[in-house]
Amino acid sequence: METFIQSIPHNWYLILSTLLFCIGVMGVLFRRNAIIMLMCIELMLNAVNLLLVSFSTYSGNNDGQVFVFFIMVVAAAEVAVGLALLISIYRNVASTDINVLNKLKG
Amino acid sequence: MTEPFLSDVNLVVPGMLIPLLPLAGFLITGLLGKFLPKSVNGWIATLSILASFICSVLVFQRLDPEHSVNIDLFTWFNLSNLHISFGLLIDPLTVVMLLVVTGVGFLIHLYSLGYMHHDEGFTRFFAYLNLFIFFMLMLVMGSNYLVMFIGWEGVGLCSYLLIGFWFKNDAFNDAAKKAFIMNRIGDLGFLLGMFLMLFHFGSLDFDTVATQAAGLGSNQTLVIAITLLLFIGATGKSAQLPLYTWLPDAMAGPTPVSALIHAATMVTAGIYMIVRSNVLFALAPATLTVILIVGVATSVFAAVIGLMQNDIKKVLAYSTVSQLGLMFAALGLGAFSSGMFHVVTHAFFKALLFLGAGSVIHALSGEQDIRKMGGLRKLIPITYWTFLLASLAISGVPFLSGFFSKDEILAHAFEHSKLVWVILSASSLLTAFYMFRLVYLTFFNNFRGSEETKKHIHESPWTMTFPLIILCILSIVGGYLGLPEVLSHTHLFGNYLSSVTEGSKAYLAETGPVSHSTEITLMVFAGLAAIAAIWYARKNYLVQHQLPEADVQLTGYRKWIYNKFFVDEFYEKFIVKPVQLLSDLFLVVIDKLVVDLIVSAAAWFIGLSGRTLRLLQTGNTGFYLFAMVFGMILLFVIQLFI
Repeated sequence: METFIQSIPHNWYLILSTLLFCIGVMGVLFRRNAIIMLMCIELMLNAVNLLLVSFSTYSGNNDGQVFVFFIMVVAAAEVAVGLALLISIYRNVASTDINVLNKLKG
Repeated sequence: MTEPFLSDVNLVVPGMLIPLLPLAGFLITGLLGKFLPKSVNGWIATLSILASFICSVLVFQRLDPEHSVNIDLFTWFNLSNLHISFGLLIDPLTVVMLLVVTGVGFLIHLYSLGYMHHDEGFTRFFAYLNLFIFFMLMLVMGSNYLVMFIGWEGVGLCSYLLIGFWFKNDAFNDAAKKAFIMNRIGDLGFLLGMFLMLFHFGSLDFDTVATQAAGLGSNQTLVIAITLLLFIGATGKSAQLPLYTWLPDAMAGPTPVSALIHAATMVTAGIYMIVRSNVLFALAPATLTVILIVGVATSVFAAVIGLMQNDIKKVLAYSTVSQLGLMFAALGLGAFSSGMFHVVTHAFFKALLFLGAGSVIHALSGEQDIRKMGGLRKLIPITYWTFLLASLAISGVPFLSGFFSKDEILAHAFEHSKLVWVILSASSLLTAFYMFRLVYLTFFNNFRGSEETKKHIHESPWTMTFPLIILCILSIVGGYLGLPEVLSHTHLFGNYLSSVTEGSKAYLAETGPVSHSTEITLMVFAGLAAIAAIWYARKNYLVQHQLPEADVQLTGYRKWIYNKFFVDEFYEKFIVKPVQLLSDLFLVVIDKLVVDLIVSAAAWFIGLSGRTLRLLQTGNTGFYLFAMVFGMILLFVIQLFI
């Protein structure tokens, strides 16, 4: 089974993971909608997951896959909290645009 | 010779109580004074000194003059090459000073009960007096130079507190500061002397230093340097040229303060210190010569100024400076026990003179100018008679105490150098003259003050007259402690102190014993000279009713003498002003331009950073996220290079 997966060069997984991560970062930086930002953060986390799993497969060490479980748990918890905060903010300013929240301007 | 601690319990217990009782008196009156009634505070303070005096008498009775007792209380400094212990030394010299300090101190406390009765700072006064006595006792009982120095500094401090006692008056505060600062200049010399001793001898104990110095031999530069520095300390404390100007100004303090500090005790600390170090000084003939010159010069200089002073206390102040000069001259001649003898007799009659002056001032409701006095002889008789006897004593009229002590010093002077004898005799003549000028102007002829003052003239209460009478008796009989050879085979005082002074006898120049006929001639001459001076004063001030002129009319040499030879003005112009200019220079240049600049530059920089960093707070969440990402990339890059 491992040989099958290893027919795809490892580099491709690394490049894919990096691309996904960069897209996620750019999404977080350039998008204004808070929900989209949260989704991009998820994208970043999943890119890292992919990376860890690929390394785990290609080196035969299962630690990477175990760590992915941890990341998934953390991501889930974080999304729950993030969405709760988002709802609370929406109730106050009736918008999901992050540029509306500039009261800390010094 | 030192003895083990516990073998002299009889001596050690009273010995340790002597300084502790005044300290306790100070703590009680100082800390608890405002909760206790005024008179209780006064009596606590006075009785603590009385108890100290009784302990001193016990110590005197129980001490064997040949065996001094060293009470080592605890080790103070215990560093690798520095071992100094805090200890008390009880030997004949200490006992003499203890008796004088506690005895005269007690009488002055008693006097103050009456004199300061109406003062609102009554309790504070007694607290300070007790503190002063404590420090003075530490000074005389110390077993090494450092403990002595504690007392030395402490009495300087108390002198400042007591001179500036009526602190609401700026002039008095200035006088207090002047006294303290001049003392401190002298103390610098004392400290440097101690540093040299410590560096070269490794110890500050009196015995150790003396033995090691003796081991070096006579006329060594080191010993001369140490003794000169110690003498500078003595000059400051005992008001010799050039550091004497604080003493007349110190008359700003209450009269009991002048009596105690500036007549009987603190100013004699310098002489005590030199007698204590007699071996060191005997090994340095050059220093002894310097001491002699300074002492003689001071004696004459101050006596001349005293001739024209019009404030009763200032006359006595200059008289004190002059008598101290005489004592230093005695030390300079190597006559250490004669110097101490004069310290003791001087304490009696000078304290009496000051207390008597205080009594006069009290009777006249605060008047101190003798031009406004007169005719008080019948109005305040006890004060008059005691003051008269004290004046006779200080003038060296035969058979009173001053005669014997002065005569001893003059005899030593005659053996040593006729010139010194002539100058000191002249000084004694002037002393007799200005003292009796004071007596005649104050007590004789008619009262020259206002009618208002005259109505209130009254003799002082018993707490003030009793000390006067006791001191008067002591001034009369005190001389019999030291009768010269012609009259008695034993010189009680000199013999008592012999164990202390014998160390130096080996190194002093040999002078043959004075023949009896010379001694008698000198005594007769001194006695007659004193009487002649008194007669001359009588002629001027009693018979011819001469009065001191008003301030503005003086010319020529009289102007110089009246203005105290302009010494204060000289110091003001050539020492004080340059230092103040330097201080102003430092203020303008270094303080304002340099230090302030550095501090404001630092503040400006912080402000700049703040203003700049504030721009990062845009409130824009997107920007914050960008900053986070940027920061992380930066960290990744940096960690590649580290």
